[in-house]
Amino acid sequence: MNQEILKTSLYDFHQACGAKLVPFAGYAMPVQYPLGIVGEHNFVRSKAGIFDVSHMGQFSIIGDETVCKQLEQIVPIDLASLKLNQSKYSFLMNKDGGIDDDLIVTKVEEGINIVLNAACKHNDVLQIKSVFTKLAKFILHDELSLIAIQGPMAVSILDNFIHGVSDLKFMNGGSFVFKGQSVYVTRSGYTGEDGFEVSIANEIARNLCETLLTNSNVAMIGLGARDSLRLEAGLCLYGHDLNSKISPVEADLLFGIAKQRRETCDFIGGSVVKDHLSNGIKKKRVGIQPEGKIIAREHTKVFHEGKEVGEITSGGFGPSVETAVAMGYVNFDCSEVGTSLQLEVRGKQYPAKVCLLPFYKKSYAK
Amino acid sequence: MADVKYSKKHEWVLVEGDIGTVGITKYATEQLGDIVFAEIPDLGKNITSGSEAAVVESVKAASDVYTPVSGEVTEGNAAIVTDPSLINKDPEGQGWFFKVKLSNPSELSLLMNKADYDKYVEENPS
Repeated sequence: MNQEILKTSLYDFHQACGAKLVPFAGYAMPVQYPLGIVGEHNFVRSKAGIFDVSHMGQFSIIGDETVCKQLEQIVPIDLASLKLNQSKYSFLMNKDGGIDDDLIVTKVEEGINIVLNAACKHNDVLQIKSVFTKLAKFILHDELSLIAIQGPMAVSILDNFIHGVSDLKFMNGGSFVFKGQSVYVTRSGYTGEDGFEVSIANEIARNLCETLLTNSNVAMIGLGARDSLRLEAGLCLYGHDLNSKISPVEADLLFGIAKQRRETCDFIGGSVVKDHLSNGIKKKRVGIQPEGKIIAREHTKVFHEGKEVGEITSGGFGPSVETAVAMGYVNFDCSEVGTSLQLEVRGKQYPAKVCLLPFYKKSYAK
Repeated sequence: MADVKYSKKHEWVLVEGDIGTVGITKYATEQLGDIVFAEIPDLGKNITSGSEAAVVESVKAASDVYTPVSGEVTEGNAAIVTDPSLINKDPEGQGWFFKVKLSNPSELSLLMNKADYDKYVEENPS
């Protein structure tokens, strides 16, 4: 099938910035700018970087109080306990207890906002709609861009142009004004740094980027650095570290399921999750630290005492920790931190150990 | 006088007597981006022109380095294993990969000179 490549509102801007554009989830997206992946990675860790994440789905469910209960059938969080403008990381569950997508849900005055992965968003919308029996309005926003600004300087710089965002706590949002226009800003991100995501009308998205870039401590950052940043931070990439056949228990992401709902498991796929919680799991996602410089990428086979026990799902070089970093799934009996593993790269085995995640840790604004 | 020849797979070889020093071209490093890992062949290994002889990995991906000349490996550049960024900094100097005792010097005639290589890269952008 020859589908036309989609463009975000910043497509021309990326080109003007010298980006190298690649197809990603159907969109032409910047993988890097002239600064290069390592340079961009380090820029975000020390200053502030702008990411165009407009390919992700910005989905709204508008309706009365019944919206929460209906959504909770397929997203295992406790929406009633969520405060207005508070965000939570969770999943779109399937009947087999697998994760059909990982997402961020924010409770807003009109209902619920959800940020979905680009490659999954259209199917997600169908899945979500399918569990709704009462009337609600669904909007997948094509008119909005999503711009992330991440890094230790993000708060002071963004607050210069969108006053008040520095008051937001991590995983909280609110409506603000940029150049006379309303924007919705959450203090969140996927880099392991403090930062924000700004939901903004397509027409002024470029203006926001150009305005922020007037500060020399701001640079455009591509998907290449986004990947190394999130991997160092131990964060999962859907379609790689997570998929429809992996449960939140296997993924070691129980925090994405509300506490009391881990008891009740009253959601789609809940019986499988309950089984995994009470009877244990066969495989588990772990951090994997290669010893030495060897880089073990996705699909690298993992061994323990000569036996194949798993596979790397994300791996590469971590510029901030200056070592190779990886995560993957191993048999549960090999998942304890410190367990010796061997990674098969180009036919040879290299030593590695199960390690704690994240590789890189920073404190968020609480 | 030392002579540098280039392959279509973006390796260079500097020939001094019967020893060829092999590396990857500046153009190759620009395509790869930040290099974070390098593997060099074992000493004494016999390698054949056009075959994989070393490995280079950028942040993005792993690539094979093909030897443009056949022969026995007489030396590997340990400095690029310790500090792979040397390959980005000085690809056609300090960033060399390995040295080969040429077993078939006539292969050199199949390679390009600098001007032809530059033209080749211009006409065949990757």
